[in-house]
Amino acid sequence: MEKSVYERPDGRKIDELRKIKIVPSVLTRADGSAYIEWGQNKAIVGVFGPREALPQHIQNPTKALVNYVYRMATFSVPERKSAKPGRREIEISKVSGEALESAIFVERFANATIDIYAYLFDSNAGTRCAALTAASVALADAGIPMRDLVPACAVGRANGQLIVDPCKEEEDAEDAVDMPMAILPRNKEVVLLQMDGLLSLEEWKKAFHLGLNGCMQVYEIQKKAIKEKYESIEKEDKKAIEALNEEMECLESEGQNSAEGDYVEG
Amino acid sequence: MRDDILFELQGEKAKAYLAKGKRIDGRSLMEYRPISIIPNFSKNADGSCRVKVGETDVIAGIKMEIGAPYPDSPNEGSISVGAEFTPMASPIFETGPPDEYSIELARVVDRCIRESKTLDFKQLLIEEATKAWIVNIDVYVVNDGGNLFDASSLAALGALIVAKIPKIEGDKIVKNEYSGKLELSCMPLLTTFFKIGNTIFADATISEEKAADARISVGSTENRQICAMQKGLAGKFTQQEIERCFEMTFEKADELRSTLKDALAAES
Repeated sequence: MEKSVYERPDGRKIDELRKIKIVPSVLTRADGSAYIEWGQNKAIVGVFGPREALPQHIQNPTKALVNYVYRMATFSVPERKSAKPGRREIEISKVSGEALESAIFVERFANATIDIYAYLFDSNAGTRCAALTAASVALADAGIPMRDLVPACAVGRANGQLIVDPCKEEEDAEDAVDMPMAILPRNKEVVLLQMDGLLSLEEWKKAFHLGLNGCMQVYEIQKKAIKEKYESIEKEDKKAIEALNEEMECLESEGQNSAEGDYVEG
Repeated sequence: MRDDILFELQGEKAKAYLAKGKRIDGRSLMEYRPISIIPNFSKNADGSCRVKVGETDVIAGIKMEIGAPYPDSPNEGSISVGAEFTPMASPIFETGPPDEYSIELARVVDRCIRESKTLDFKQLLIEEATKAWIVNIDVYVVNDGGNLFDASSLAALGALIVAKIPKIEGDKIVKNEYSGKLELSCMPLLTTFFKIGNTIFADATISEEKAADARISVGSTENRQICAMQKGLAGKFTQQEIERCFEMTFEKADELRSTLKDALAAES
């Protein structure tokens, strides 16, 4: 069978993701942020809010707006992109924002907006999934209440083989199928799903299963990134407390000495 | 903005400190914050560089494009600098077309590179009157911690230094192949000084910028040439003050150049 001979250009197994690194809290002026490296993809996401939605007429008295802005830097793609946002970026922004909205407790923040800005500085297929994955970590970093994180991952087909997380070369295959998806892992509910290409129902089921699996792997990486951040804060806190205790001890012993001195003087 | 009020209050404090020749973060007047430089940040760019100066974080990237030379200089290519204040960089930045602040930033960075003549535009010619390289330099401000001019200029120069010229076949650029590097004859950099009361200092933070009366950016090269200037804000400078800034410019830009050189050496 063809399946067994298909080799991925970067040598990955069919259900293997590219290397993913997520770092939360990379920006100081945003309320929450995250940096992600996903293969060659590099994105920074900043979150603001919940803050007052302006102008006033866009406010919704029943829930917060989720304003997701996905942008690619002019130099992030092989051929220079115009600095103006294109139709592709606007569409991706819309569906990604909707995906995150289903995770956020928007009903708690009437008349507010939650702004999420995701910028790509380098790319090689799967940028919307990388950006969305980082965005939900940035939302968690901002302390915005959510039902769950939103891991995203694409599945595709190249040369007859279903694969997880296709790279650019695989995306350009003759029979290519690309299906980016994002889920709420707790209930395995789908919050983002797009597809282009031709698939039979049988193949779709297999592809979906593969995608679900990919999303769960991404979910673990997201959780680890957030945990590591708090562990490092905990370590710093411990150090700070120890330093403070030492200082107090020094002061106390000095205090005893000077207290004696005072006593003599008095 | 909640954030802004905080910076304004800090600005008041900064003003009081500067009146005594001190700064709220304990730096001396002409001292820069810690700088970190990551050359070749983006693989898809023909050259790129990420620069952090304190909390300020900018990413510059270069894309070389084939275009037609201007009719008045048929044997020259050119450069084009763009700057985007991404809305994640500050709670007050918004999405939309470039505003006057980002246009000013882009134009001053452009002037510093262009007028220093570090890039020989004739070198960018491919075919007289019809084809030449347009060097697109785009700077993205990712986090605004103050002093965007110096950080952007440093990132743009870093990206230029590592930039490669794509290989061409016929009229087309061959992907992922390069015919050589951009040749630079010097290392032009902006250094920006701020004035509060009668105190002049370098590398302002956001709160210091908020409280500043005047600002002056000076572009210079390692050959002690001045290649660009831009005075900003409503305050004023005397001739003596400007001349003092020149001396500081040469000293500070040299420091920045050696930081950049170290980062590039560590990379290769």
